[in-house]
Amino acid sequence: MSTVTQDHQAAPPSALSQRRPLGDRSFQTLALAAGLLVLVILVLIAVSTSQQASSWFSHEGTKIFSKTWNPAAGQFGALSFIYGTAITALIAIVLSVPVSLGIALLLTEVVPRRWSRPIVSVIDLLAVVPSVVWGLWGILVFAPWIQHIYASIGSGVTGVPVLGPLFGAPTSGASFFTAGIILAFMITPIITSLSREVIATVPSIDREGAYALGATRLEMIRGVVMPHSQGGIVGAVLLGLGRAMGETIAVALVIGASATITPHLFAPGYNMPSVIANEFGEATGVFRAGLMGLGVLLFVFTIILNVVARWIVARSARRGRGA
Amino acid sequence: MRYPHVHRVTAVAVTIGVTALSLAACSSPAKPGPGSSSQLSGTLNASGSTFQLTFQQAAIQTFKSVQPSITVNYGGGGSGKGRTDLSSGTVGFAGSDSPIPSDEMSNFKGKTVLYFPVIIGPITVSYNLSGHTSLKMTPTVIADIFQGKITKWNDPAIAQINPGAKLPSTPITIARRSDSSGTTANFSLFLQDAVPSVWKLGSSSTINWPASSRGGDGNGGVAQIIKSTPGAIGYVDYADAKASGLTYASVQNAAGDYIAPSVAGATAAAQQATVASNLTFAAVWAHNSSTAYPITYQSWDLVFAKQSSKKTADLLKAYLGYLLGNGQQLLTSLSYAPLPANIDAKAKAQLSKITS
Repeated sequence: MSTVTQDHQAAPPSALSQRRPLGDRSFQTLALAAGLLVLVILVLIAVSTSQQASSWFSHEGTKIFSKTWNPAAGQFGALSFIYGTAITALIAIVLSVPVSLGIALLLTEVVPRRWSRPIVSVIDLLAVVPSVVWGLWGILVFAPWIQHIYASIGSGVTGVPVLGPLFGAPTSGASFFTAGIILAFMITPIITSLSREVIATVPSIDREGAYALGATRLEMIRGVVMPHSQGGIVGAVLLGLGRAMGETIAVALVIGASATITPHLFAPGYNMPSVIANEFGEATGVFRAGLMGLGVLLFVFTIILNVVARWIVARSARRGRGA
Repeated sequence: MRYPHVHRVTAVAVTIGVTALSLAACSSPAKPGPGSSSQLSGTLNASGSTFQLTFQQAAIQTFKSVQPSITVNYGGGGSGKGRTDLSSGTVGFAGSDSPIPSDEMSNFKGKTVLYFPVIIGPITVSYNLSGHTSLKMTPTVIADIFQGKITKWNDPAIAQINPGAKLPSTPITIARRSDSSGTTANFSLFLQDAVPSVWKLGSSSTINWPASSRGGDGNGGVAQIIKSTPGAIGYVDYADAKASGLTYASVQNAAGDYIAPSVAGATAAAQQATVASNLTFAAVWAHNSSTAYPITYQSWDLVFAKQSSKKTADLLKAYLGYLLGNGQQLLTSLSYAPLPANIDAKAKAQLSKITS
């Protein structure tokens, strides 16, 4: 996030540009080329994947958003995967945000600085666990363990309005909810470290002011820290959401691989990245183009989400410094 | 794109075993085979069918004792990926569990693709029901179980063909593949061919299974679900079912006999198949044989008839010739079935069509 919080107060270029030495200019060109290269690669990926997916778009037309994905019958609607992506990401966010914010506040407001460093290192360790390891742990250890809990919750709430359709029987260890929990583990370090950075920008003079007025720590957090860092935290959550939407292997292993739309959270489902990973190997023709098309849709969704998130974070960081 | 952890473990075990075998073979004085008069060198790259993966890895090891300077790499990745790689020219041959589908023909326009059948294998209907080790199943019962119509083990349809078996009322859990697969394609093809009026889910590498079914990654993943779930039933490649110690049903074939999956049963099924002039055939649901196991599938290595250089053509002939010759002897020990003599002879004769 250093790029966002950096000052962009370079000297006015017009006065210097003519007299700059050769080394400086060639470095500028090189840096510009590197930046452009990333853009070019992105555009090429978007163009070539859309091209590969074109027969899906032409074959299905508006039915690309229908709910039936049945390769055996030649029906390739993406809705169940979009639904699964949204649901798992939502579960992950709901579970992760309170924990992440709690840790961020703990680190900035509660524990002394010499204690916060080791805690940060431990949280960051979560972020370096490879996603396939999360997936394998999820399917071999976590899912068999939690399916008993699902089963007892399921038998308890079956027939109860609202809760019944959401958590009732029959339940499965590999499900939307398991995928959501694994994703929550994976995005917690991201949301924690970003919100911690934002919260750390709250000027200490504001905090002192609140304490001077007789505020308790909770009142200070609610009255000073939160309003000041709101935008940044929203941005951090959106970045976590982007990660949760794009996660592939970990989800592919624990989600249960069933293209269904159901409110039932303990039922097996599917999301966009994991259907691509699972079904690409033996896919042909329109089936294959459909998987490519899912990739294009996912690409578009995550780009939009990331742009919005970065914009919100940058805006709040600017405002934070100005205050 | 895939993560065949389970396959890889089997593959490593097989590789170790085969290396030990070939080392033992080396200690006796080397006797050049009839086809290996000239020593070639070079690299052959291939990808595709994961059904062939174990066999290819074993054959690549033993091939080293015939042609030590040829390196063969077989990447797996699935039949669809193999055919894409072949059409784009990134591999010398592709493993595929099915002939080129019509919607992919345009990728191969203007080129002749030769089919070399190399491997045959039974697909088991494996289950986990304590106390019952030899259940019988008809295609109709299998179809109704896998489309969710039969939901309990003591269903009259199962009891009727298993008189004397005291079946419990345990609910049936369907275990199936979460990844797209040639095993799924051929299992569903069996149901479609055998009981077209009963089976409604079609035939494809991915099927819309009932929502209550449980998906596992690879044959190993499905075997794992069956093993850990009382009342589970699933379709698993014979080699993996045996390796996991699963119990499997005897399946009624077209002649009306109940046959347990076996290497001999698979070869018998292929023997009865109608072989087209391009050597494509379907061993599944073979007719007129009382010893044929009905859920049998096969896999081909696909090669362009016209190669860019004589060297590549010679490399391909040497390796494919080995797969069709001595390589076939590896199959039985890996729990796959060798080609019946009539198909093997035709495939060998076709080798001369690879030219430069």
